[in-house]
Amino acid sequence: MKVWLLHHRDAAVLAWRRLLAVPLNSLLFVLAIGVALALPAGGQMLLANARQLTDRVSAAPQISVFMSVNADRATATEVGSRLGGAAGVKQARFVPREETLARMKANPGLREAIEVLPGNPFPDAFVVSVTDERPESMERLAAEYRRWDGVAHVQLDSAWVRRLEALIGLGRNAVLLLGALLGAGLIAICFSIVRMQLLVHRAEIEVSDLLGATESFVRRPFIYHGVLLGLGGGVVAWIVTTAATLWLRAPIADLAKLYELTLSLQPLSAMDSALLLAVAGGLGWLGANISLGRHLDSC
Amino acid sequence: MIRFDRVAKRYPPGVDALSEVSFEVAEREMVLVGGHSGAGKSTLLKLVAAIEQATSGAVLVGGQNLSGLSRAALPFLRRRIGMVFQDQKLLFDRNAFQNVMLPLSIAGFPPREAAQRVRAALDKVGLGKREKALPVMLSGGEQQRLAIARAVVGRPGLLLADEPTAHLDAETANDVARIFHDFHQVGVTMLIATYAHELFPAARRLHLDHGRLRT
Repeated sequence: MKVWLLHHRDAAVLAWRRLLAVPLNSLLFVLAIGVALALPAGGQMLLANARQLTDRVSAAPQISVFMSVNADRATATEVGSRLGGAAGVKQARFVPREETLARMKANPGLREAIEVLPGNPFPDAFVVSVTDERPESMERLAAEYRRWDGVAHVQLDSAWVRRLEALIGLGRNAVLLLGALLGAGLIAICFSIVRMQLLVHRAEIEVSDLLGATESFVRRPFIYHGVLLGLGGGVVAWIVTTAATLWLRAPIADLAKLYELTLSLQPLSAMDSALLLAVAGGLGWLGANISLGRHLDSC
Repeated sequence: MIRFDRVAKRYPPGVDALSEVSFEVAEREMVLVGGHSGAGKSTLLKLVAAIEQATSGAVLVGGQNLSGLSRAALPFLRRRIGMVFQDQKLLFDRNAFQNVMLPLSIAGFPPREAAQRVRAALDKVGLGKREKALPVMLSGGEQQRLAIARAVVGRPGLLLADEPTAHLDAETANDVARIFHDFHQVGVTMLIATYAHELFPAARRLHLDHGRLRT
């Protein structure tokens, strides 16, 4: 066990020295990997922020059905019973026009404006929650209600939240796709670098073999080389993403304010950061392993 | 320690490097393998270290038949054998100390004990003050002595040397031979391929001629 730890420490130190032996090359490789990883990492950061935004807004979608102002209570009651018995309706809550008027009058700013108006300007209304919350089926219900007698206006609440959620779903897939493509790129970069390393250290591999090195002893420094490159790239990606977060925070907050939202862009969470580093190191490990499997025997 | 039983080695496309070679080397013995260039001396040493596999016959080292040796067991055989190669195979990006350290690192020695052993081995071959020197900064004789230090640092029971005094001037060759004698004195079994048998007067001699042993 102690020997095993010793071997790992030596291999890691050796790999680190080899990286430092060609500092400019190593730096450029790490930057290339880092920039490639920064794209999916940045995408994940934006997605996490967008999701946080939708979580704060109620996403339970409802349909508001407004009666015509001229419609009498009997018509409203009829619409109410139709809604109550209709398929796909979970609950239909009746909001009488008097209640709306009282609520609006409670607002001091609106009170005066309402009082100059003759009669009650508000219609009777229903707030309908449905069993099937998919946007397309809700649209279908809304279209049906619009055709009913006495119904003046039908509005899909939270439709924009649904649209944003759909966009986020799309974004998540895009980030996954981008991550997969650039991850494959990272594997390819590490594969090539480890191959070059194998050629450079051919003599050492041969001598170690003659002196009784096991195959894992020979492979270890090269594996660490790949892992260190991947991890270095992960750190660069994290720095790029965090810098971008801070850079974009003020302009995005300004933009959000125009939509009456408060949004402070958050950097990658601790969990996402750990995941980024683990994936970066893991891909480096994988690239190095594939390269060793392919090229070690020919050394 | 070593036993060859009707060993043959054929390289493609049908070149016989060794044929019908049988001999034994007892423990603590020093044996020279002589013969013209291309007689099969290097091949014989490579068979002992399992760098090459015999085409037929049996090679036994320390009672172990090498033809039945698994790939996983090979490194542990090599750790029991010290080797001095014809082309030395020093690592030119590592200094003298690091070169000699390599076999101990491979075997997983604790660093402090290993460092002591490395210094002792370098002292033994007269390179105690050159441990920081890179191989290119050493003369031919010093490089050869460094290769010997690396071969013996693990205190192997068996030392193989392929032309250890070739390319050395007479005086340096004498130094190297003396170092080998010293190791033989402390009980190391030795198999040395060399033309220069006069340097090792006490050793038993085997003579190879076109891949066959002449007695």
